Amino acid sequence: MIRLEPRKEISKVLLYGTPVMAVVVTIVLGMVMFAALGKNPVNAIFIIFVEPLKDPFAISEMTVKATPLILIAIGLSFGFRAGVWNIGAEGQFTFGALVGGAVALALYEVEGGWVLPLMCTAGALGGMAWAAIPAFLRTKFNANEILVTLMLTYVAVLLLSVLMHGPLKDPEGLNFPESRLFHESATMPILIEETRAHVGFLVALAAIVIAWVLLERHVFGYQVKVIGQSPKAASFGGFVESKVVWFCLMISGGLAGLAGTFEAAGPIGQLVPALPVGYGFTAIIVAFLGRLTPLGILLAGFVMALTYIGGESAQIKMNLPSAVTGVFQGMFLFSLLGIDVLARFRIRFAQRASSAAGE
Amino acid sequence: MDLLVLILQGVIVAATPLVFAAIGELVVERAGVLNLGIEGMMILGAIAGFAVTLDTGSYVAGVACAALAGAVAAALFGILTQVLLSNQVATGLALTIFGLGLSALIGQGYSGETTGSLTKIHIFLLADIPIFGPLLFTHDPLVYLSIILVFCVAWFLGKTRPGLILRSVGENHDAAHAIGYSVVGTRMAALVFGGACAGIGGAYLSIVQTPLWVENMTAGRGWIALAIVVFSAWRPGRALLGAYLFGGVTVVQLHVQGLGVDIQAQYLSMLPYLVTIIVLVAISRDKTRTKLNAPACLGKPFFASS
Amino acid sequence: MKITIRKLAASAFALAVAFSIGTASAADKTKVGFVYVGPIGDHGWSYEHNQGRLAVEKAFGDRVKTTYVENVSEGPDAARVIQQLARGGHSVIFTTSFGFMNPTLKVAKRFPKVKFEHATGFKRSKNVATYSGRFYEGRHVIGLIAGKMTKSNTVGYIASFPIPEVVRGINAAYLAAKSVNPKVKFKIVWVSTWFDPGKEADAAKALIDQGADVLMQHTDSPAAMQIAEKKGIYAFGQASDMVKFGPKAQLTSIIDDWGPYYVARVKAAMDGTWKSQDTWDGIGPGMVAIAPFSKSIPNDVRAMAVKARDNIAAGKLHPFTGPINKQDGSPWLKAGQTASDGELAGMNFYVQGVEGSLPK
Repeated sequence: MIRLEPRKEISKVLLYGTPVMAVVVTIVLGMVMFAALGKNPVNAIFIIFVEPLKDPFAISEMTVKATPLILIAIGLSFGFRAGVWNIGAEGQFTFGALVGGAVALALYEVEGGWVLPLMCTAGALGGMAWAAIPAFLRTKFNANEILVTLMLTYVAVLLLSVLMHGPLKDPEGLNFPESRLFHESATMPILIEETRAHVGFLVALAAIVIAWVLLERHVFGYQVKVIGQSPKAASFGGFVESKVVWFCLMISGGLAGLAGTFEAAGPIGQLVPALPVGYGFTAIIVAFLGRLTPLGILLAGFVMALTYIGGESAQIKMNLPSAVTGVFQGMFLFSLLGIDVLARFRIRFAQRASSAAGE
Repeated sequence: MDLLVLILQGVIVAATPLVFAAIGELVVERAGVLNLGIEGMMILGAIAGFAVTLDTGSYVAGVACAALAGAVAAALFGILTQVLLSNQVATGLALTIFGLGLSALIGQGYSGETTGSLTKIHIFLLADIPIFGPLLFTHDPLVYLSIILVFCVAWFLGKTRPGLILRSVGENHDAAHAIGYSVVGTRMAALVFGGACAGIGGAYLSIVQTPLWVENMTAGRGWIALAIVVFSAWRPGRALLGAYLFGGVTVVQLHVQGLGVDIQAQYLSMLPYLVTIIVLVAISRDKTRTKLNAPACLGKPFFASS
Repeated sequence: MKITIRKLAASAFALAVAFSIGTASAADKTKVGFVYVGPIGDHGWSYEHNQGRLAVEKAFGDRVKTTYVENVSEGPDAARVIQQLARGGHSVIFTTSFGFMNPTLKVAKRFPKVKFEHATGFKRSKNVATYSGRFYEGRHVIGLIAGKMTKSNTVGYIASFPIPEVVRGINAAYLAAKSVNPKVKFKIVWVSTWFDPGKEADAAKALIDQGADVLMQHTDSPAAMQIAEKKGIYAFGQASDMVKFGPKAQLTSIIDDWGPYYVARVKAAMDGTWKSQDTWDGIGPGMVAIAPFSKSIPNDVRAMAVKARDNIAAGKLHPFTGPINKQDGSPWLKAGQTASDGELAGMNFYVQGVEGSLPK
């Protein structure tokens, strides 16, 4: 019979190899799905995975898509390692965008290089404030943060809607629920002419570097890893759980809020009710696909962005329904989670008799 | 008084999908597993139930297939988390995303169709009692099934041996394994049951409440069910109450608007979620009480070391 | 596994080459793109726009190739989708929701040769035209019928968001109903969504419980119609004919008919006569249609509705004709005065007699 034996040390090769294998498995399953839908499977995979990589515009759009995913996922990765499950990054993203956007609108027509940084700081603080609620409720009242962050997501989206229909509405907008278009000083500078790739991408890269340093070279990173693996050992080591909870939620809330402000000030250019598109949830997949490591998240963010852009392309060119993208992303995560076992365990084919003989 | 009865009837209908999903997840969590994929299982149940009812004309077949769809999805989750030991939170989320996408894909051909609605039962004589008659005795069969199910689960968990085994697996899976109970087997069974319930809850939406199919028609109810389980402190009777509370707030805010009360609609829409948080905090505050109530091994992967 | 990927890539490449050669010869067709905010299966708003697309295909046959993208959110992705269509050689692109306004304009600047048609918006440019339907004309007609058909004198209204279009609809329906039934009252519930069958059904039930025996909606799913059918009351369909969901309940429906406009605009683009303009058409030009009347409507009511519909079409009747005051009592239109398009476009107030306050 088949038994699983934990590896003493996670095999590095398999650690980085499993996501690749998951990609391949997903491609194969995807081809089966396309064939079942009556579409040419090879063509579909080509349009989704290969074509965007040959097209400079598509690549620029991938950075636009990957920026919020990477930012949020980096923030989440700390919490996930430490057992702090922030499922409501979407709400922190939305609330941060709201605060950052409100600052932009308050400073309407005011010029100056300081406007944008102020907005972004406000946005990050907004996200942190929204994440402070679950942090407080967990450390003080032991309330499960999975549920609190999730419920607050709905509240944040409704709050955005309220403000869009009222105080933050464009006064010259014929009463439609959208804010003014942000003025020049409140818009993200573009990196590449004629594209939407903006400075936020560089911030995301910086976040990756900082996260790496924090995790690999700083005692806090050590704390996070230990708490995740053994809370008892952590408390013996003097690591205070509540401090870690606060820090993890603040980081993920702040980064999510920052990502939200970038989205509002960059690709959208205003506040709209449709601002939350699910990055907060997709980022969770990105975090896991990237194995909660900064480098992995960078790659996973791009792979996810590729599936979005490619999936859209497949809709346009092959008349595939929009649901295909969601199915793909789900399959990705399933494949990774399933194959993951190979990295953490060794498969043994053992006889029942010998298993008692102390292997 | 008439309006009150009508409101309560509306509440019961709104709450029933939540009752199914919550009671299923409650059993799963008592066994020590955290399945965040309820939304995915519900929506798969919704499309399966709708498609089969439409194609075969039989509600029974539809509901049965919905339960099957949910159960299969839960089994997939079970294999990944119990056998392959994958992370439960991530796997649950993957199930939700996948379920939403797959159901939309399958549902492509079913938009714009409608089944008729399930006829209500009129329980002889009892239905004619003023006030309580219409309130309690004139619902469709699934409403009654949901309530019976809650009582069955309460009895099962509290008074039967298999129920005891399930609870022990949730409290201390290492000890349960040492005694000789199959932890993986018990959890898989619990998951399949939970998936079937979620599937039926989803089918209620697409066959009874609004007999049509629309992408994402569960609209977050799976997450609400999760909340209900927590603030029920994992007790079936309280889960029933929680579902009605939640369904109630959702329905009442619509009535409040209709009555001309001057509160912004979006603030009223926030109420169910805020109420959930408040109740959650109230229950979780007593750390010892929560520890006593929550299955100790909730969310922890079980690995047989012998 | 790497070998597998390489093999796949190689065969995919070959296919791609073949594929691209194939598309080159189709370059003489006019490509028309459609961007929908919802699924074409919503049986409401996006469904009707898709019917418009099918009308274009039917009218031009081989000379045209249409593409559509559904479920495009009005957020950051919209601009990319529109741009992809523009880059893909589409010469006319229809963006069918208000929230696509700014993305459409941004993309239009980069592709001056492509013609863009934006629905329900108010910003235009050299190559961006706007269009919308005078749905309030349809609301007037159904308002008349509702006023006559209600026995409880309570009409239930399921509203989505307090944008001018929705407020116009409420006001127009109310004024018409009141004109034939001075005792009528409107109960309005805001569901904060265009499309959520569960919520729409709950809203419908709440309104019925509070005494409404005729329902109107400005949301996109047929859920309310189904509830009306189940409870044995009357309702009006929205955006498309919903009689399938309420065979006894539906009195009639307001139908968005985009076909004729779409065909005309594509033709103009093909002929080279396309110009940016604002089109706001109602019953007359056929953009707003009324579904067949239910047999439950008595002959005199039907005759009244038909007369109103025809008068509106001929320009003889304007649903907003004074004397009309605003809800707070302040005067708006004098006797005989009709509302200007500008006033209607930005309408953000209830008329006198409508109860409740507008969500701000």
